[in-house]
Amino acid sequence: MHKEAAIRQALILGDKSYHDITVDVVGPIENKAPTAWYVLITIAGLIALWGLGCITYLISTGIGVWGLNKTVGWAWDITNFVWWVGIGHAGTLISAVLLLFRQKWRMAINRSAEAMTIFAVMMAALFPGIHMGRIWVAYWVLPLPNTFGSLWVNFNSPLLWDVFAISTYFSVSLVFWYIGLIPDFATIRDRMSKPLAKKIYGLLSFGWSGKAKNWTRFEEVSLVLAGLATPLVFSVHSIVSMDFATSVIPGWHTTIFPPYFVSGAVFSGFAMVLTLLLIMRKVMKLENYITIKHVEYMNIVIIVTGSIVGVAYLTELFISWYSGVEYESYAFINRFSGPYMWSYFAMMTCNVISPQLLWFKKIRTSLTATFILSIVVNIGMWFERFVIIVTSLHRDYVPSSWSMFYPTWVDVGIFVGTIGIFFTLFLLFARFFPVLALNELKTILKVSGEKYKNEDHH
Amino acid sequence: MATHNHHNRVIHAMFDDDHRLLDAAKVLVAQGIRIKEVYSPFPIHGIDPVIGVKRTRLAVVSFMFGAAGLSLALLGMWYFMIYDWPMNIGGKPSFSLMENLPAFIPVAFEFTVFCAAHGMALTYMLRNGTLPGMQAVNPDPRTTDDKFVMEITDADNQDLNADDLNTMLKNAGAIEINQKDLSR
Repeated sequence: MHKEAAIRQALILGDKSYHDITVDVVGPIENKAPTAWYVLITIAGLIALWGLGCITYLISTGIGVWGLNKTVGWAWDITNFVWWVGIGHAGTLISAVLLLFRQKWRMAINRSAEAMTIFAVMMAALFPGIHMGRIWVAYWVLPLPNTFGSLWVNFNSPLLWDVFAISTYFSVSLVFWYIGLIPDFATIRDRMSKPLAKKIYGLLSFGWSGKAKNWTRFEEVSLVLAGLATPLVFSVHSIVSMDFATSVIPGWHTTIFPPYFVSGAVFSGFAMVLTLLLIMRKVMKLENYITIKHVEYMNIVIIVTGSIVGVAYLTELFISWYSGVEYESYAFINRFSGPYMWSYFAMMTCNVISPQLLWFKKIRTSLTATFILSIVVNIGMWFERFVIIVTSLHRDYVPSSWSMFYPTWVDVGIFVGTIGIFFTLFLLFARFFPVLALNELKTILKVSGEKYKNEDHH
Repeated sequence: MATHNHHNRVIHAMFDDDHRLLDAAKVLVAQGIRIKEVYSPFPIHGIDPVIGVKRTRLAVVSFMFGAAGLSLALLGMWYFMIYDWPMNIGGKPSFSLMENLPAFIPVAFEFTVFCAAHGMALTYMLRNGTLPGMQAVNPDPRTTDDKFVMEITDADNQDLNADDLNTMLKNAGAIEINQKDLSR
């Protein structure tokens, strides 16, 4: 049996039994949804519809409706893409990396973090798709022979690496998530009394019966998938960063991009997990499972990754001067003193200064402060991508072609719309899916449950 | 010699604690009783060697799928980029697989993971019999909540004395014992 030191804080608070865990997690699915849920999904749904409308307008008119010009050919679309992919990094990191490190606190948060990952990657994948202009020929990114009207795709191109990275990441995360969901769907199936709901959860549970051999396989598959997903998480954002790093644009052509992007991704992913979970634990009364300790652990990850990001910003700045390359130095002088300096300082404040507040125990264990900081971090991370992409492009080698980028209502509409789609999906998940890995949590009840820990003491 | 009983019974003994079931299983197995199956809401660590469940070879399956994926990715990229239609893109010509290998690493890696993960997941589903539309076979709906059930059959155990078994199970902490006779 797994042993845990007595001085470690309990991960499951209160006097819980196995049955209580089932009731606490499945209860909200069986009962009627609270009014707040209907209000939230209506708002999110309307924003999502607005976003879909903007996308339809974009596709039917052409990407000229965006604010792009000849100098700035990539702006909000790719900013949003990188932002969403970054957010999508926490889920698999929590479920895979923390599984390999045997961090038991992951069990309360991995399910919803993985759901968040999947929805965020869906939002991310949307942007390169609609940026193609002719989305109906999107299948040309696949290696198809010449008769389809294109040559073979170029495997030397980081944009193609991205296609492989994102699709592998999305599909593997989805499978990882679903394999974990199957036993929990079986629990819901066996509790449901309404025939239709029972049938649906029966279908979703794939006939899971919880035999000893099934569980052995389940644990092996989880471990191997975690082993595969760990390098995958790091590879995906590394490859995203190579979209920039392998180009010859000053400000992009940087060898520290892969680790810098990966830590930025984990940073923003954890911030988004906190934003969502702080609301969810309250609304769904999961305070005994997602405890202050969990919030504190996540905040510690945020300080570490936020500081790595801070070091990366300063390194970049130093190297731009130390390299002696005038184009490189200018790109950075322009970042902090050019027309987009406001976005540079927004990024610095949100990403470098604000997470340092979490060194104070009072702040990192305060739910209100954490909630505000998690939103600040995500705003900062959006600005980071905007700074990297737009400020590097808008003043290129030829001063006569310098220009500015201003978003149009379609740029803004699609970005806001993806937030609406994301929240709609997440709200549906929170209503109909088991939001905690309830059967996995039962395995740590006796070692990390508050009641059991206190009994051990006496 | 005791008379052979020609029953074909299935006995389900329910426990309300995973460790109690594990201890009971050890006692029964020491008495020479074969336990056919254990149903539980979560993995009971240590039950496998007691009831004779062998270690799964899914990790090996994953490795083989991964190796196949890696080979396929390299073969494909060699064919597309070197053999079928070599192109000089940005002054970086495609002479041979080895010379182009650095640029092929990302896709080779991603495709390896893709095949290893999906190949294993698919094998897992097929071997488990957990597929869309399958019916659950757990004997009691509570086994996916907080109860643990042990299944013992006549088919596995010759000369099973039901009374002795019941006493043994009761002493080991079973809270419910259900018996079904399939031969009737």
